[in-house]
Amino acid sequence: MSNANTSPPPGSGSAGGFFSSNPLLTLIFQRILLGFVLLFAISALLFVGIEILPGDFAQAYLGQSATPEAVANIRKELGLDAPLLQRYLGWLGGVLQGDFGTSWANKASVSEQIGKRLGNTLFLAFWAAIVSVPLAIGLGMIAVHYRNRFIDRLINIVSLAAISLPEFFTGYLLILFFAVNWGVAVFPATVFADMAFTDRLAAIVLPCATLVLVVLAHMMRMTRAAILNIMSSAYIETAELKGLDAFRIIAKHAAPNAIAPIINVVALNLAYLVVGVVVVEVIFVYPGMGQYLVDAVTIRDMPVVQACGLVFAAVYIILNMVADVLGILANPRLRHPK
Amino acid sequence: MSDELKDLGMLVARGEVSRRDFLGRAAALGVAAPLATSLLSSTVLAAGPKKGGHLKLGMNGGTSADSLDPATFASSIPFTFGRVWGETLTETSPVDGKPVPVLAESWEASEDAKSWRFKIRKGVTFHNGKEMTADDVVATLLRHSDENAKSGALGVMKTIQGIKKDGDDGVLVTLDSGNADLPYMLSDYHLIIQPNGGNDDPAAGIATGPYKVSVNEPGVRYAAERYEGHWRPEVGHADSVEILVINDLTARMAALTSGQVHMINRVDPKTIGLLKRAPTVSIENTAGRGHYVFIMHTDKEPFTNLDLRLALKHAMNREQMVEQILRGYGTVGNDFPINGAYANFPDDIPQRTFDPDKAKFHFKKSGHDGAVLLRTSNAAFNGAEDAAVLFQQSCAQAGIEIEIKREPADGYWSNVWNVQPFCTSYWGGRPTQDQMYSVAYQTGADWNDTKWSRPAFDELLVAARAELDDGRRKELYREMALMVRDDGGLILPMFNDFIAAVSNKVDGYVHDAGGEMSNGFAAIRAWLV
Repeated sequence: MSNANTSPPPGSGSAGGFFSSNPLLTLIFQRILLGFVLLFAISALLFVGIEILPGDFAQAYLGQSATPEAVANIRKELGLDAPLLQRYLGWLGGVLQGDFGTSWANKASVSEQIGKRLGNTLFLAFWAAIVSVPLAIGLGMIAVHYRNRFIDRLINIVSLAAISLPEFFTGYLLILFFAVNWGVAVFPATVFADMAFTDRLAAIVLPCATLVLVVLAHMMRMTRAAILNIMSSAYIETAELKGLDAFRIIAKHAAPNAIAPIINVVALNLAYLVVGVVVVEVIFVYPGMGQYLVDAVTIRDMPVVQACGLVFAAVYIILNMVADVLGILANPRLRHPK
Repeated sequence: MSDELKDLGMLVARGEVSRRDFLGRAAALGVAAPLATSLLSSTVLAAGPKKGGHLKLGMNGGTSADSLDPATFASSIPFTFGRVWGETLTETSPVDGKPVPVLAESWEASEDAKSWRFKIRKGVTFHNGKEMTADDVVATLLRHSDENAKSGALGVMKTIQGIKKDGDDGVLVTLDSGNADLPYMLSDYHLIIQPNGGNDDPAAGIATGPYKVSVNEPGVRYAAERYEGHWRPEVGHADSVEILVINDLTARMAALTSGQVHMINRVDPKTIGLLKRAPTVSIENTAGRGHYVFIMHTDKEPFTNLDLRLALKHAMNREQMVEQILRGYGTVGNDFPINGAYANFPDDIPQRTFDPDKAKFHFKKSGHDGAVLLRTSNAAFNGAEDAAVLFQQSCAQAGIEIEIKREPADGYWSNVWNVQPFCTSYWGGRPTQDQMYSVAYQTGADWNDTKWSRPAFDELLVAARAELDDGRRKELYREMALMVRDDGGLILPMFNDFIAAVSNKVDGYVHDAGGEMSNGFAAIRAWLV
């Protein structure tokens, strides 16, 4: 932004003065700071929340063979007999250095495993986003163009139907038709390290399609509503009267002004693509964070649950932060302070 | 078998006639379908396995926390994959459950069954090229005997007093008391012989099995490629084997019906009907040792009363349980924890049946007043809550009132099982009768979940353990079974089957009562057609 490069007015040497004279930067700085405070709060909440959950790792791990001595041994070995605050601070210290500790169940480094799993989840989310965001915005614009006519209604009904089905059901339907009945898609969607890129893409077609169907309606409808709102403005009427063609008006004149709410809803849905995939990953047997989290929850492997929880929270907060910052930047009233 | 059928069978074996056609033509020749199928299997088996191909299994029972260290094996997938890359000293025969030599070529016991010498097979190499020796065997057994290794086989190894090398090719094992079952115990799936006992790197995945580990992604997939130096031609037919972790039942079924995997485990009896409709799939159910039970603490009121225990035993409708809870994929139990899957099974004990009159009689005699409280949860076994309701109804026919209390699944094994006087539970069974009785029916055993204590029974147990003569042993086990059945706190309505489903691209699936998926050997016993 041009503002960031302008030198501060004379007399404002300190940083405070700089920010007070530059409300845009102040806003962004505040927003980022708030994000970090939130992350800290969530880390504490996660730790305490998991602590007060019923169920115990030692008992879940030993199952039918949990004798009191065996349970006590495991608890001692894992350092669970130390006070809560001490354990939290130790864990937080590690996290700040990028070390999420070791899994209780197999003693492997959590950071290392999360690295691989997060990569897979992001890969799936990336392709789902590549397909769904342009598709949603494009469909939204088409719906605006044909508003209240057959095509608009069709787009609305189909996308609403897709969002109304629970995602596991959408997933099972896709598996039933595309994998079992017609045999055209790959299932299960297991991907692994030395897999060719094209095989990898083929493997994620069905989970990707499921995710697209789930997030499409929300973004599409928000695009449609935001643009329709702008379409009633006087300057659009001017553009129409100038004789511009309808799509050009929607894409060039209306859409940029509707960008803030659209960015917001896109960011929310991108966050969902990362953190909301637990069920989709499990039914498609996709080795991402969601499946890793489910594995860990079933055996109460708390370091893994905490790490996954924190990573999910971070993704959510960061994407929301980015949306807010972009929203701020997209707002001309904040960009050009009086 | 008629010659015509035999010829047909050979055609199927060579892939020239489909299974379905075979059954159709067999029917035309007047042979009933089940018979025809068994004829077919024997012909195909006789025709010999086909080599080659990539065999894929989709299985439940693995998480990202699993390790290749055999000492840690606790769920189905590490267990099955362990069979792919590793071997034990002995295995149990799928035919009669008796131990057969594998890495141990032969063994002999002293008169009192206290001292055993195992002759180690020569010419077997590990995947790293080194020859397997008696030293490796000794080191492996010692590692699993060490408390610190936390081996799943520790319970088995505890009874062993000394393990040492005896000559070049022998291992001498001494026990603190005689045990005729030692060769069975050494077939335990944790006891995979590793180079230097796995002390250098327990999770290296190097052993003597028919396949070499090529992919180890816990919770995702495992793969292995044929080890060319393997010594035993009758296992390991496919070129490579892969196991995909598919914990979701629907996903497993879809993967099988869409042809992405060749075998799956743990099919739910409730959905078998749907799976059977798929033309490319066959259900392979095997009677196993696992059993669903209702257990009463014989040392707590009101179950100290033998008549009340008998009343409840007679009020159990076993056939109905098998039909409704297992959908027919199981067999009725007889209130002692042993069935035909065990060697020396006492098969002449009369079957206890649903008898409301006898139940009424014993209930009256017991003088018990009011309802009997039964605790249950589906954590005990799949369908335990339904089973409790069925039991409540059959008891009502005998005038016995059962009050059901549903417990949370979380913590069921620590708060209810082995704690509360009457609840539903599950036992996976043990490889031998001796182990089953020692772990749950001997006085003072940790898991004696009926709190039943009879010195006479304990004496019989020790006597049977050291008895090397099978005929005599069977008699002792018969006596013990009768004691548990007529006096113990166990109501055993049913043994559940292991249910696997197999694609028609696979043949040579062997039914083995030792465990699920052909006792874990499915991947190395079966072949692709």
